[in-house]
Amino acid sequence: MQQIINFILRYKNFLLYIFLMMVAIGFTIQSHSYHQSTFFNSSSWITGNIYETSFDITSYFDLRKENNKLVNENQRLRLLLFNKKDTLATELDSTKMSYTISSGQVIKNSYANQRNYITINKGEKDSIKPDMGVITSDGILGIVENVSGNNATVQSILNDRSNINAKLKNTNHFGSLVWNAETYNTVQLIDIPRLVPLVVGDTIVTGAMSSIFPENIPIGTIKQFDLDKAKSFWRIEVSLFNDMTNIKNVYIVYNTNREEVLELQEKTDSND
Amino acid sequence: MISNSYFINVIRFALLVLVQVLVFNRLNFFGFINPMVYILFLYWYPIKQNRAAFIGLSFLLGLSIDFFSDTMAINAASTVTIAYLRPAIMRFVFGVNLEFQSFKLGNATYVQQFTFLALLIVVHHFVFFALEIFSFANMLLILKKVLSISLASLLLCLLFSSLFSVRKE
Repeated sequence: MQQIINFILRYKNFLLYIFLMMVAIGFTIQSHSYHQSTFFNSSSWITGNIYETSFDITSYFDLRKENNKLVNENQRLRLLLFNKKDTLATELDSTKMSYTISSGQVIKNSYANQRNYITINKGEKDSIKPDMGVITSDGILGIVENVSGNNATVQSILNDRSNINAKLKNTNHFGSLVWNAETYNTVQLIDIPRLVPLVVGDTIVTGAMSSIFPENIPIGTIKQFDLDKAKSFWRIEVSLFNDMTNIKNVYIVYNTNREEVLELQEKTDSND
Repeated sequence: MISNSYFINVIRFALLVLVQVLVFNRLNFFGFINPMVYILFLYWYPIKQNRAAFIGLSFLLGLSIDFFSDTMAINAASTVTIAYLRPAIMRFVFGVNLEFQSFKLGNATYVQQFTFLALLIVVHHFVFFALEIFSFANMLLILKKVLSISLASLLLCLLFSSLFSVRKE
C-alpha cells in the first residue's frame, strides 16, 4: 500500500498529464461524430459575446463594399421579379411557402483549419435551429450545427465532415460535395457516373435530394475533373462562387417540409 | 510579491487568449498560416513553481483557445504536452545553470532563450497538427504545416517577447 502511494506521489505530474491528455483526446474523439461538438463551440454565451463585440467594432470598415454587394443582389432579384410572366400564380399565403428565410451576419469565420466553423449573430431567440441551411448572395456556405441564445455555429462547406447533395446544372446528375482540406477556394464533387459528359466551366448547384437547401442554389463551376481510383466515377474540382475569406451577410434557409420529408424517408427505410 | 506574480499571470492569460482569438486566428497569411502566440504564456511562466498547477493552468489556457476556435480540444492537448515537457526541455537547453537559485530566464543567453522558445513551439505544433489532421497518409501535409506555422509563430513570439521582455535584475 505504502509503495502504491509512493508511486503515485512520485509520478503525480506524469499521472496528471496523462489524465488531462486523456480528457482532451476524449473530447476531441467524441466530437468527431456529428452533433456532439455541443460543448466546444464558439456560439456559447461568453465566446459569442466577445466575438460580437469585436464584430461591432470591425464591421464599420467595409460597410461600403457590403452595401454595394447587397444593392447588386437587390438589382438582380428585382430583375427576376419584374420579368416574371405569370404574376397571378404567385402565392402570397405564407403558410403555403415551403422555405423560410432569415438574415444574419458572420461574426467569426475560419478557413485555414481542417474543420472550419463559422459563427453567426443569430440564435435560438431568432428561431434558428440546427440543420438549417446557410447561403450568401453568391452561393452556399454551410449548415447550422449548434445554437445558443444569441449565436449559432455553422459547419462550413470547408469542413472535411461536410457532405452536401449537389448536381450538374444542365444534366441533373447528382453527387456529393466534399472537401479535401487543401485549398479554401475549391471543393470536390464525387460520385458522378463516368458516362456523364463534363465540360470545364459547367455550373454546379445544390440538388433536390437535400432536405436542407432548396434546389438550384449556386455552388461553383467545374475547374478540372478526372476519374477516381475505381475508374467508374468522376472526381470533380469545383471552384466556389463564394469568396470564403470574405463573408459578411448571410441568409438562413429553413425547409418547412423538412420534418415531413424525414419522416417519410424513415418510414420507407424501415419498410425495407 | 507572490500575489503580484499571480496577478501578472492572470492578466497575461486573459490578454494572450484575446490576442490569439481576435487577431492571430484571423491572420490567415497565405491562406493557412495562423501563428499561435499564446505559447508565450508557457515561455514566460515562472520557473520554480508548483508543477501540477502549471500543467492544470496550461490545460485551461488551451481549452479556452479551443472554445473560441471550434477546434474540439486539440489546443488543450498540445499545450498540456509542452507544459509537461517544459522541465525536460529547460534541462536540455539551460543545462547546469538551471540548478542555481538565482537563475532567471532574462539572465540566459539569447541563443538559449531562442532554442527554448523554438523547441516549445515545434513540439506544440507537431502535436497540434498531428491531432488535427489525424492521418499518417497526410504526413507531408502535417510536416508542411508544422514547419511553416512554427516559423511564423517563432517570429511573432520573438517580437512579442522582446517587446514585453521580463525585466533583467
